[in-house]
Amino acid sequence: MEETGAAVETRGLTKRYRGGQLAVDGLDLTVPRGSVFGFLGPNGSGKTTTIRMLMGLIEPTSGAARLLGEPMPRAARGVLPRVGALIEGPALYPYLTGRDNLLRYDAADPTADPRTRPARVASALDRVGLAAAAGKKARAYSLGMKQRLGLAAALLQPRELLVLDEPTNGLDPQGMREIRSLVRELAGEGTTVFLSSHLLDEIEQVCTHAAVMAQGKLITQGTVAELAASSRGRLSVTTPDPADAVRVLKEHGVTDLVVLDERVLGELPQTPLELADLNAALVREGVRVRAFGTERASLEDAFVALTGEGFDVAG
Amino acid sequence: MSRAEAGTLEAPAPRRPRPLWTLALFRSELAITFRRWRTLALLGVLAAVPILIGIAVKIETSDGGGVGQGGGGGGEGEAPAFFSQITNNGIFLLFAALAATLPVFLPMAIGVIAGDSIAGEAGAGTLRYLLVAPAGRTRLLLAKFTAVLAFCLVATLVVAVTGLATGALLFPLGDITLISGTTVSFGDGLVRALGVAAVVALSLVGIATVGVFISTLTNSGIAAMATTVGLVITAQILDTIPQLHAIHPYLFPHYWLSFADLLRDPVYWDDLVKNLGLQGLYAAVFGSAAWARFTAKDITA
Repeated sequence: MEETGAAVETRGLTKRYRGGQLAVDGLDLTVPRGSVFGFLGPNGSGKTTTIRMLMGLIEPTSGAARLLGEPMPRAARGVLPRVGALIEGPALYPYLTGRDNLLRYDAADPTADPRTRPARVASALDRVGLAAAAGKKARAYSLGMKQRLGLAAALLQPRELLVLDEPTNGLDPQGMREIRSLVRELAGEGTTVFLSSHLLDEIEQVCTHAAVMAQGKLITQGTVAELAASSRGRLSVTTPDPADAVRVLKEHGVTDLVVLDERVLGELPQTPLELADLNAALVREGVRVRAFGTERASLEDAFVALTGEGFDVAG
Repeated sequence: MSRAEAGTLEAPAPRRPRPLWTLALFRSELAITFRRWRTLALLGVLAAVPILIGIAVKIETSDGGGVGQGGGGGGEGEAPAFFSQITNNGIFLLFAALAATLPVFLPMAIGVIAGDSIAGEAGAGTLRYLLVAPAGRTRLLLAKFTAVLAFCLVATLVVAVTGLATGALLFPLGDITLISGTTVSFGDGLVRALGVAAVVALSLVGIATVGVFISTLTNSGIAAMATTVGLVITAQILDTIPQLHAIHPYLFPHYWLSFADLLRDPVYWDDLVKNLGLQGLYAAVFGSAAWARFTAKDITA
């Protein structure tokens, strides 16, 4: 496989629904090949509409999308066999067994060799840990098992790109861990993974790159490290004298002070400040300090800093 | 590690669609249609109709009473003629059963299968996974249409075969007196029966195509089924209102009972040809509409 350009690239991708609602607004997204790309945003921010446009299910109102270097939806027949997808949760035929569901989806792909079909289905089931439940009707599956079967459908062929929309939805913590390690494993084999989620720590744990969407617009994209670094760390002081601590910290230019029981949190000032001096100042003023330090900036802080809002459903 | 594991880990060679491999979707579509309990239940109901007619006629005539006045009275037009002949010749149960099921039971069953074809997949969300597989919209529509047509044929054959079997069990078989009065051999009669079954199956193409078209309009399988079945009933009612005779030749059920013309000697082709032409017209118009709609539709379910 020659590395020609990005795995996913959109230019001015826009979707306005018939009601006039602008779901996606001029999206310029670039997903590098080989990355595990986190696509982040609150529910209703346009993530799923974007994914549907990428997969050729929805016609963009304007703009262009390229998947593995090919224009979508024009090249769908050539590109989609190289792409595995889990879109907005799994969808199964309840009256078919897990195995028969996969056989059906595989039969829909005209590039899938019928001679290797049973073997590929078995190996996909094995890979998501469903081999034992393969003969059960899908209506008897739990949400987590359905999610795994949906993933298995995306893994019926070796893929160059996996588009996973909320892949850990409905899974228990053990299942989430398994899916994350599966994603890492697939990425290790060279598959580009495009992962949408509203769980920030999930993106932080598995992704190399991330993009943040809010209200149909792309707010930022880059490596996860860059994004986290763009927001400064927060000061955290644990003390039995929070009131005094707040006074002293305010005098030294710490802003945004919040008291949570015995913990005082605040933003460090722009001007560089020696943390040791700050601690000495607290102690000098008679504030008893139990713990002192900065908390590493998380992607969540970056998100809040970027959108200026909580991580809520967009209105 | 099994042999299967090795299959996935092979170096990804560029894969191309093969003409033979694209047929897998058609096979899968047929399998999924005919393995569903719902389909089997519909076929079971259809199979029950000739059995019930046969038993009713048998009971009605066992006391040596008149034939034809009872017999269920499910048919219209020339249908009662078949009912009165059942006791003389079991093969007429086949014709009677087709005449009784064609106005209502057969089109309703087709309405359920055709109406649910695309809308049911959309409602369950499986449509999006078929399309990203990628099934291809035209190919998927063709596969759906093929399965619906196969159901038309199978449903008709179920009625015909149960009718013939029940007739053979309950009544004598023998040479057949046609509607025009001529008598032909039982073998000739069987060939005509096969022709009748084929014409009945083709009579259902119009409503089948309309059902598939309606199915592309909505994401609710139930809504599409109800609309299609409603349309069958509406067309039948309109066809009985004399003031509307101007539109009658364009209603898809109008020439349905023309299959009886195959049982004349010589065969009276006029209405048969008009029927098949009308069904072809419906297939062309609503098939194109379904294609235009489905290939341009945003899949949001």
